[in-house]
Amino acid sequence: MKKTAYINGIGAVTAQGVWSERLLADATELQQSIAPVQHPSYKEMISPAMVRRMSNGIKMGIYASQQALDEAEIAMPDAIVAGTGLGCLEDSEKFLRNVLDNDEQFLTPTAFIQSTHNTVASQIALRLQCKAYNFTYVHRSVSFESALLDALLQLQSGKATHILAGASDEISDHTYSLLQQIGYIKQDGIQESVKNSTSVGVNYSEGAVFFGLSTNKMAHTYAEIVDVRIQNDVNQVQLKDFVALFLQENNVAIEEVDALILGINGDIESDQYYTHLLADFDAVPTVYYKHLIGQFDSSSAFGLAVASQLLKHQELPKQLFWQEQERKNFRYVLLYNQFKGKDHSLVLLRAC
Amino acid sequence: MAELKEELKGKIIEVLNLEDVAVEDIQDDDALFGDGLGLDSIDALELIVLMDKEYGIKLSDPKQGKSIFQSVQTMADYIAANRTK
Amino acid sequence: MPSGVAITGMGIISSIGQSVEENWHSLVREKHGISRVENFTTTHVDDIMVGEIKLTNEELIYRLGLPETNTFTRTALLGLCAAKEAVDQAGILDMQTYRTGLISSTSVGGMDFTERYFYDYLTEPALQRYITSHDAGDSTHKIADYLGLQGFVTTISTACSSAANAIMMGARLIQSGRLDRVIVGGADALSKFTINGFKTLMILSDGLCQPFDQHRKGLNLGEAAAYLVLESAEVVQKENKKVLAYLAGYGNANDAFHQTASSEDGEGAFLAMQKALKVAGLQATDIDYVNVHGTATPNNDLSEGRALIRIFGNQMPPFSSTKAFTGHTLAAAAAIEAVYSILALQRETAFANLNFETPMEEFVLIPETETKLTPIRKVLSNSFGFGGNCSTLIFSES
Repeated sequence: MKKTAYINGIGAVTAQGVWSERLLADATELQQSIAPVQHPSYKEMISPAMVRRMSNGIKMGIYASQQALDEAEIAMPDAIVAGTGLGCLEDSEKFLRNVLDNDEQFLTPTAFIQSTHNTVASQIALRLQCKAYNFTYVHRSVSFESALLDALLQLQSGKATHILAGASDEISDHTYSLLQQIGYIKQDGIQESVKNSTSVGVNYSEGAVFFGLSTNKMAHTYAEIVDVRIQNDVNQVQLKDFVALFLQENNVAIEEVDALILGINGDIESDQYYTHLLADFDAVPTVYYKHLIGQFDSSSAFGLAVASQLLKHQELPKQLFWQEQERKNFRYVLLYNQFKGKDHSLVLLRAC
Repeated sequence: MAELKEELKGKIIEVLNLEDVAVEDIQDDDALFGDGLGLDSIDALELIVLMDKEYGIKLSDPKQGKSIFQSVQTMADYIAANRTK
Repeated sequence: MPSGVAITGMGIISSIGQSVEENWHSLVREKHGISRVENFTTTHVDDIMVGEIKLTNEELIYRLGLPETNTFTRTALLGLCAAKEAVDQAGILDMQTYRTGLISSTSVGGMDFTERYFYDYLTEPALQRYITSHDAGDSTHKIADYLGLQGFVTTISTACSSAANAIMMGARLIQSGRLDRVIVGGADALSKFTINGFKTLMILSDGLCQPFDQHRKGLNLGEAAAYLVLESAEVVQKENKKVLAYLAGYGNANDAFHQTASSEDGEGAFLAMQKALKVAGLQATDIDYVNVHGTATPNNDLSEGRALIRIFGNQMPPFSSTKAFTGHTLAAAAAIEAVYSILALQRETAFANLNFETPMEEFVLIPETETKLTPIRKVLSNSFGFGGNCSTLIFSES
């Protein structure tokens, strides 16, 4: 029998600070092309011996994961599954600069060691002394959803009871400049929010979001994960069928979807897809979130946190709604994300 | 020698990011690894590069580090005897 | 899982051959592919030996028939060569007939181009088209696009166990009924970044690597790509597909000991092998050949050896590390060795552990030193990576 996967804990470090019930209400809209995260103090959580070598991405990942585990009351997960689009960029760049600037001489290992993509997941394991399954997905805007699908497979098949799943991405200077150079990030001086954007490129950020997932339901459970779907390519004409087929396979009618949570990010090239989808869902409340936490490869993980909050509390602060429509009950919520028409993901949640 | 040891302590703190440690906290004979400063094998590799870069001493086998990196004292002794810059 | 997931195609490019058959010939003739770096400049050229594929990017582009203005990095070029062979062998003509996925893996991704143009990107507009080729997902996208694959596509990066994990995830997606067919494997090109990284860890040998030898001095890095095609039982039956071998078991565990080094007792490796045997429903005594991780670093071989003894006791089956042929090809390694494991099954051959002279003093583990014909029905293959990531795959004959 297929088991049910519940979201029992959430943790995050974002441009708006760390995850809390108040985070969404207190958040302010980002208007600048780059927004670093607001770091908490890591001292209480990570020992000085470990923290001295860690880049921001690792620290964020550890903080968010512990928050999620605590809330889900998971002491030792049966699996750790992480996603990251660009990995530990700070250390990658640092090591590469050292190689290039010093003609391959006098290089030290620390930055190289921490530059591998699976550093966050492995540092979490090391800290927890968790010898279980440990995977890291690195596929642009479906890095997180790949991790989520992996977790879902294990929970539904009964291979695991408790899983830590999440994602993190960090900003580093050079990569940021390069992405700005080619128009992926809005130019300096452009002050546009996601909603009033008229240009290509995004307001860029970084962050870590983790979830404590379990097959047991708790009093404070947020929601149930029904299904996850990933596809590399979907054109705008195919989009309708892509969504319809996913819902149909899960025996959910389009009319049963009570809210859409979209990865609208202010890049006019990416956002066409959402506009297109909205045409089929015009009477459905639509939520967005990247105006608060920015775009980065794994920022859609935060969308799942927003969806979880909506299903648990049956409401969200007004500033999360792209289009507000009257709904009394939120039972099914559908998340959709992609970037520039590539790496589409759908996640279906159900209220508990 | 005293000067070299002070310099060495400062450099160790710097390259190993020992944020909460000050030069005064490290005694000449304190163990750098294990129970003392608590350094590990990655730190040993960092120290090997420090020896090369700052003092022109090349250690090709990480195992050599074991006796040299016992304490600031043993490091300073080795550097004084073998430095090329 | 009684019989496992069917493998219907495989493809490979490595420093010992540009196809499955070429690799086979080098393996049985004990011809390694370790040499000096030639394709790019590095100040370490005389200090290290590598498993470099002696084809320039231009030659690979020509071979694949790509337009001149492509943005393929070397990782993507190698990956495509191998993926194409795997798909051809599986006789797949139309990617859209079944729900088909691609799970690739890489550790460097497009680092070979990034390290070349890192600073120039800011000032040379003509080069900027390569900027988005840096990330690990890029090569996977390019392979999917070239093959005309529209479906589940993702990338895994868990350092040197990456491809094993891609294979594992692919199998699970088929077993769960989410996919009918999936192309799984990995690709990694040599780069200055990795050469210097391993150099700082002081685990690169200045000569030919000697896995499981008392006097081993470290590893040789290599570059390669390999992919398998996994298909569901339904597709195999419907299409009357020839099955090359089955993926019978798999396991992943974390050593949780150190960011790079393996634990003394090889706990992570032990757990990975134990899980894989359990998934396959096999006993250790059922295994006829082990393709060990065997990087030839002092730390790996000792740790892995201890884990092997914990699993196999004093009944260690024939084993060898094929990294003395190819070098350690990082994220691709497990896919390379999956192809070799399948060849071992198909042709009942255990491959030689080249350069072995002196047994390690810590235990009695003597690898095969020559190509050996022996009945092989089950092969176990290990791959371990930084961050304590340990993976084991078990293949069984068709």
